[in-house]
Amino acid sequence: MRERVLIGTGLALFLALFTYPVWWAAASGTRAAAPQLQLPQHASACVAPASFMRASHMQLLSSWRNDAVRRGVHKFRSPDGRVYDVSLSGTCLGQCHSKAEFCDRCHAYSGVSTPSCWQCHNDPQLAARSIQ
Amino acid sequence: MRNKAVFALIVAVIPACAGAALSNLPSLRLPLAATVSYAACAFFLAGICLRVLRWASIPVPFCIPTTCGQQKSLVWIRPDSLDNPSSGLGAAMRMGGETLFFRSLFRNTRCQVANTRAIFTESRWLWMGAIAFHWALLVIVLRHLRLFVQQVPASVLLLEKIDTLFQVGIPGVCISDLVLLAGLSFLLGRRFADPVLRYISLFSDYLALWLLAGVAATGLLMRHWSRVDVAGVKQFSLGLATFSPVLPHNLGSLFFAHLLLVCALVAYIPSSKLMHMAGVWLSPTRNLANNSRAVRHVNPWNQPVVTHTYAEWEAEYRDKLKEAGIPLEETDVEATYSN
Repeated sequence: MRERVLIGTGLALFLALFTYPVWWAAASGTRAAAPQLQLPQHASACVAPASFMRASHMQLLSSWRNDAVRRGVHKFRSPDGRVYDVSLSGTCLGQCHSKAEFCDRCHAYSGVSTPSCWQCHNDPQLAARSIQ
Repeated sequence: MRNKAVFALIVAVIPACAGAALSNLPSLRLPLAATVSYAACAFFLAGICLRVLRWASIPVPFCIPTTCGQQKSLVWIRPDSLDNPSSGLGAAMRMGGETLFFRSLFRNTRCQVANTRAIFTESRWLWMGAIAFHWALLVIVLRHLRLFVQQVPASVLLLEKIDTLFQVGIPGVCISDLVLLAGLSFLLGRRFADPVLRYISLFSDYLALWLLAGVAATGLLMRHWSRVDVAGVKQFSLGLATFSPVLPHNLGSLFFAHLLLVCALVAYIPSSKLMHMAGVWLSPTRNLANNSRAVRHVNPWNQPVVTHTYAEWEAEYRDKLKEAGIPLEETDVEATYSN
């Protein structure tokens, strides 16, 4: 009898742990909604197609970093032929996106740990200056 | 013997191909992906409960723990309370060591015949591979919680942070992924390399490993090569958790291959040797306390046996035995005193 109680408790614990996302979502009222991002009003296109940016923006930013810091290339030609300054602070955050309303929202939503970008590009002045 | 491995590989590739095919069916993607995911989870949970309850209903009347140390006996003999537990707490501690550190596997030996003599040598490689694989798998499963829980717990974020400590590449290479790959390669490789092991390996041994390898490969390719819209993946998994499935359009074939491989693996667990995840707790040779001397264990299935002892027989034929002059075991009380 004692064993039955022990096994039953263990099984209940396992079920509770496995279904944690389900009952947590029910308890916290989670909806399967996409993250609410503030999109730039005056710019119609990103430096690369949105579908590419959603999955691979870190690759682009990484190559930008290598271009600017290691190769001294400071201009980026987008697939549709426009030329941008290679600058996370100046181009992305300065002209279109707010770090708090765009970058952070999606990163927090997906639980993607904040990349090392912000170790350099995260001064309070920039955060205030970035497009609201 | 190698064809078992090839056959298992072919079977393991089927869900991956099915996933890739699924990604090309825009109208069927969502219903099929959701149905397969729910079915796999239901099969997993029901299967595990069923098998555990069936194990639980089997009586274990005997004290049969396997022990590796001195049993608790006299006060001046020091008992090995961990390897020969005498109480429930000791058994629980031993079970903890077994589940967390695979202590019994650590004592693994290898038997070799040298000069017509059997020689047992310590063999820790299997333990190394197993513990690397299992701990890495746990970390990876826990890391995936970030996709299933809104307001990702700080502990999960911290785990990911520690896991990507070396900051190699963007997104960072996870230590657990490398350890898992190393462990899996070893566990699979030793089945190929050792002729004895190759002979005793079954189709199911290979299938479990190939499925795990497929899951790891598609996951790693998704993270480091083809990339995926993580927010889209999270929306899908949150949809599953809230029973209102949604599927963003930009998830590629690699994601579906990963999903269907995971579903296949999860659904395969209850009917395979992977049930050791629950079975280890229910092994009587591991979860019992060794109190065979302190407590009397009576076999409940003993048939009532009609006995007739010599003492009873002697009492029955006492007079006749005495008359015949046959010596008696039990001396006559009166005769003793009268002499």
